[in-house]
Amino acid sequence: MSVRKNPILLESSHLLIPAILLFALYVQFHGDYGPGGGFQAGVIFASGIILYTLLHGTKRAEKVISLNTAKVFAALGLLLYAGVGVFGIILGGNYLDYNVLAHDPVHGQHWGILIIEFGVGITVAGVIISIFYAFAKFKK
Amino acid sequence: MLAVTAIAIIAMRNILSVIMLGGIYSLLSATFFVLLDAVDVAFTEAAVGAGISTVLFLSALAATGKHQALTRKNHIIPVFVVLVTGAGLIYSTSDMPAFGDPNAPVHTHVAPRYIQQSGEEIGIPNIVTSVLASYRAFDTLGEVAVVFTALIAVLLLLGLNRGSRQDKS
Repeated sequence: MSVRKNPILLESSHLLIPAILLFALYVQFHGDYGPGGGFQAGVIFASGIILYTLLHGTKRAEKVISLNTAKVFAALGLLLYAGVGVFGIILGGNYLDYNVLAHDPVHGQHWGILIIEFGVGITVAGVIISIFYAFAKFKK
Repeated sequence: MLAVTAIAIIAMRNILSVIMLGGIYSLLSATFFVLLDAVDVAFTEAAVGAGISTVLFLSALAATGKHQALTRKNHIIPVFVVLVTGAGLIYSTSDMPAFGDPNAPVHTHVAPRYIQQSGEEIGIPNIVTSVLASYRAFDTLGEVAVVFTALIAVLLLLGLNRGSRQDKS
């Protein structure tokens, strides 16, 4: 495709992609303090990968993150989220009760929210990357 | 603006332009959410609605066709259903409390507790995150499960699973 040889697009994407991925991590871990969280961060991270895929094709993108890796991440995030709930039960609380996760309830809440938001983030990123790959490879 | 975009979407026959207008519609709704001080929702709308949905629609379009097939079916029944539903929705808005009414149920039920006590109970400044990730953690778990289910459904439909590939070859 001619898009992939356009130097302006290639160079500007090389500038943009690291910034997009970094911004996704910022949105992910700053969600407690400002707008954002796992859903938005996952989508932004996936959009960085999608931009790379659009310019370099699925073959090179799959060297960065393959369809199978993305699928595994999608499942891992959901497992992490549900696992935090089960871990709470083991520590003597209710399912998804974060108060028991640390020495005092507020710290436990911090940990719980941070971990489940991370789970949400990797699930959303994994799902969107996989769906995009699925569509991109469909024609072939 | 939203209405103009929506009417343009209905009038268009070229699916590519419809998808682009859909992205614009999402971006306009995002600005609308910012006006309502719902920055988290606006953020999601801009990222998912304007960004990812548009890209996914475009990639779906690449796998199908560019123009909408002209249908010669009778449009009277669908139009009737839409009109009746729309009239019902507009009629039911008359029962809703006025915009910004402090006595509206949404402001008197659990919201005061979240605003007054989430700082002590959860200890993070963004109340939206407290509600989403802690008070309503079960709902969010369900949402993540829905997202994951969507992935499974897409992979099954597009036949990219390892099992189905073996079936074909």
